[in-house]
Amino acid sequence: MKVFGLIAVFVVGLLLLSATQDFPSWGDPRSAASDGEVSSFYIEKTESVTKVPNMVTAVLADFRGYDTMFETVVIFIAGIGIIAVLRNFEGTDSPSDNDNDDDGAGLLARFTCSLILPFIQIFALYVVAHGHHSPGGGFQGGVMFGASYILLALAFGLSKAKQLFSERRTMIFAVIGIFIYVGWGVLCLLLGKEFLNYSVLDSILPGDSMMARSHSMLVVEIGVAFTVTAIMFSMYSNLSTRGRLSKGL
Amino acid sequence: MTEHFPILILLVPLFGALIVVLLGRERPEQCWITSLISLGLSSIISLFTIIVVLSDKVQTIRYRMGGWEPESTVFEVGIELRVDILAALVVFAVTFVGFVNTIYSKTRAEAEAQGKVPFFYALIQLLIVGLCGIVMTNDAFNLYVLIEITSLTSYALIAMGNRRAALSSFNYVIMGTIGASFYLLGVGYLYIKTGTLNIDDIRMVLGNDKLWEHQSIIVAFIFIMLGVWTKMAFFPLHGWLPNAYAYAPSMTGTFMAPLMTKVMVYVMIRVMLWLFGDKFVYSDQHVWGELVIWMSVIAIVAGSLLALARTDIKKMLTYLIVAEVGYMVGGAWLGNVTGQAGAFYHILSDAAMTFCLFIAASIIVLRIGDSRVNAFDNLFRKMPLTMIGFTVGALSMIGLPPTCGFFSKWYLIRGGIEAGQWEYVCALIFSSLVNAVIFFRIFERAYFGNIAGVKEDFSPSDSDANPDTSIKEVPWSMLVPLYIASVSVLLLGIMNRPLFEWIQTALK
Amino acid sequence: MDPIIANFIEENIVPKFNYWIYVILMMIGLYAMITKNNLIKKLIGMAIFQTAIILFYVSIGVKETGGIPIISHHGPDHHQEAEVHSEESSKNLKHNIIDKDKYANPLPHVLMLTAIVVGVSTLGLALAISQRIHKSFGTLEEDEILNELRPGGHD
Repeated sequence: MKVFGLIAVFVVGLLLLSATQDFPSWGDPRSAASDGEVSSFYIEKTESVTKVPNMVTAVLADFRGYDTMFETVVIFIAGIGIIAVLRNFEGTDSPSDNDNDDDGAGLLARFTCSLILPFIQIFALYVVAHGHHSPGGGFQGGVMFGASYILLALAFGLSKAKQLFSERRTMIFAVIGIFIYVGWGVLCLLLGKEFLNYSVLDSILPGDSMMARSHSMLVVEIGVAFTVTAIMFSMYSNLSTRGRLSKGL
Repeated sequence: MTEHFPILILLVPLFGALIVVLLGRERPEQCWITSLISLGLSSIISLFTIIVVLSDKVQTIRYRMGGWEPESTVFEVGIELRVDILAALVVFAVTFVGFVNTIYSKTRAEAEAQGKVPFFYALIQLLIVGLCGIVMTNDAFNLYVLIEITSLTSYALIAMGNRRAALSSFNYVIMGTIGASFYLLGVGYLYIKTGTLNIDDIRMVLGNDKLWEHQSIIVAFIFIMLGVWTKMAFFPLHGWLPNAYAYAPSMTGTFMAPLMTKVMVYVMIRVMLWLFGDKFVYSDQHVWGELVIWMSVIAIVAGSLLALARTDIKKMLTYLIVAEVGYMVGGAWLGNVTGQAGAFYHILSDAAMTFCLFIAASIIVLRIGDSRVNAFDNLFRKMPLTMIGFTVGALSMIGLPPTCGFFSKWYLIRGGIEAGQWEYVCALIFSSLVNAVIFFRIFERAYFGNIAGVKEDFSPSDSDANPDTSIKEVPWSMLVPLYIASVSVLLLGIMNRPLFEWIQTALK
Repeated sequence: MDPIIANFIEENIVPKFNYWIYVILMMIGLYAMITKNNLIKKLIGMAIFQTAIILFYVSIGVKETGGIPIISHHGPDHHQEAEVHSEESSKNLKHNIIDKDKYANPLPHVLMLTAIVVGVSTLGLALAISQRIHKSFGTLEEDEILNELRPGGHD
């Protein structure tokens, strides 16, 4: 098997490297990808069309927003997939193994965490809200927010974290996140234009159609942050306890 | 409203999945009803989409997400959907199979999902969303994201079964990730050279700048093909398929076996004809035309022989799927419109045949409790209704008129003769003969019982179905989907003329 | 050294060394996925493979003259050319003309945000499946699992 693996890897690697002879050099500003029409449009026209200086967020949430919707669906599938594979709701697992590692960490860790956690969460909200002007957005902020709950679970024990964020609640948060995203797109559909065409929302949002795009991007990123937070915590609680959460839905 | 049909086909099951998760575990009946309604609605909308696309004014629906019309540029700036008659037919097949399968899953969902019924239905609906999205999209990177959606839901659905299913799912994860990553690499190479991700724009750039003589485009094509072949289980990259589909719980097997590989064959045809263009793929400079036809011949022969050697009905059917994928790959690579149209028609007909056979096999395995063919004794007397459905599917696999299997083989053989690829024609005929042997062996056991008096050992099999002490027929909720599948096998055959005309005009 | 080899290295490897590094990383990951016996090592190989692809894409969008893809109204910083052309660039900003060479290509960044999320999801699901396998079989070595299946089952 190892010999076959070596040969396969060698052949694939040679094939991949043989194509580098007609690639552009690293950092070439005149390469086809960097100088092409699509990239030039994104760099030159984004701020005038959407009033958002961060081009990456604009492309992610507006130009390629359809892709981002499916990306949120992917992370949602991972969350419910892990529950579907690991969780055993019929209760056939041995009950003696539950609740045995619920003490959390020592006094120093608990004290430090209770000091730091509010700041982590505020920073996470800042990252979500400032995706337009600095690197950030829904995914990044959502992961940080979910990580704050994981820190809570590590420091205080999983059952304390689950009091705040039970399994049912994580599922509802995850679903609400995708509802916000898809529902916002359907709102554009109902108002007459295509799915995810935010410009038509200037009738209900303050400002002209370009500001409507900017506001809609924020709404959509908030939806993404909801889902990512919930699924991050759900993935942690399922994977760390091998599906034997002490309290179910 | 009609211009929004493509996105509505996707949105309805997506909302259905969200509602099902919200309903929670206490209400399995309502989860089933929600899935039924959402998938039924989706198939009705896709039927209307076929009608809209067939009308003269609209040949292809082009739907730009976010409304980003290219004003100052020639290229598309956003993501667009492109629905022509080929896409509309495949989308209808996907949603219809999903809908009929949901009827079938009514009685089995509680037993096999063990309290996780809402998650099962949510994953199923998201699988259908992913498959429809793959068929309709016109953006190469969006295609990757949707392929991963279908793959992730399949991994989770298969791993919900017994321990063998979990192991097969892990193998599927490894091989599927390699395949999808190769596809992503190929798209990356294309992006480096063309600067855009839209499928039509890439083809335009490749043609305008005569980029198709460059080494990187050839490598990109090879890697995209390798990735798509891994996902459709083209021999010898088929290693994940038999275990994954045979050990999957019976309801998920019937969802995935007819759909996943066929949609990937559709992706291959799209990549060959719309992403790279037929001038690039079939040009005489490249040696791969002959090579791929020989590979498909080996796939057909190997798949048929491996199916012949199996004693487990589900494993046998999965190897037949491998052979059928060989038909379609060979047909698409023949180089003429007849071959491509034959391969495309075979997507639809193979979906119907596999669907029919898998449901019949699941029902039989459920009732007898044993999945080996040797246990099929006297089934025609004990379960006549089920065996009628099984027979229709089997006759279509062998290729007898008026089932759709006959017509797809007919067009593929015609395409092979036109292109002068005699080895392909011989492989098709050989495969039909082997299928005849396989299925008539089953019919003999099922009709006459063990008349040869062959001694066999009754070691317990590893299936987890509960055997019924008295083998009788199954409830209507299982028979109705089987009959719908059999009827569609016959209907596709009878309607082959108009279908073929539509397909050929779209391919020209 | 042989001049042909030196020429080859200078033309193909030095200006494009990012592609070479990432392809070698990918092959390390692919080798681990195919040949390792332990299921978790296969998953680590998968993570290496996907991460190498992500780095490959991000390296496409780099521009020698460009900074981060966020339009800043305080003028471009850290560039020597900016001090020379500062009058021109501030004139440009007044007229809202954006010099595309000053910003990196945003599209690969966007694509790779999606690819990272997809990779994390696949890894999470694969870890859950391997936990399930460990619960049923008691081991994570592939040969031991196959040995356990062989006498008990068929096919």
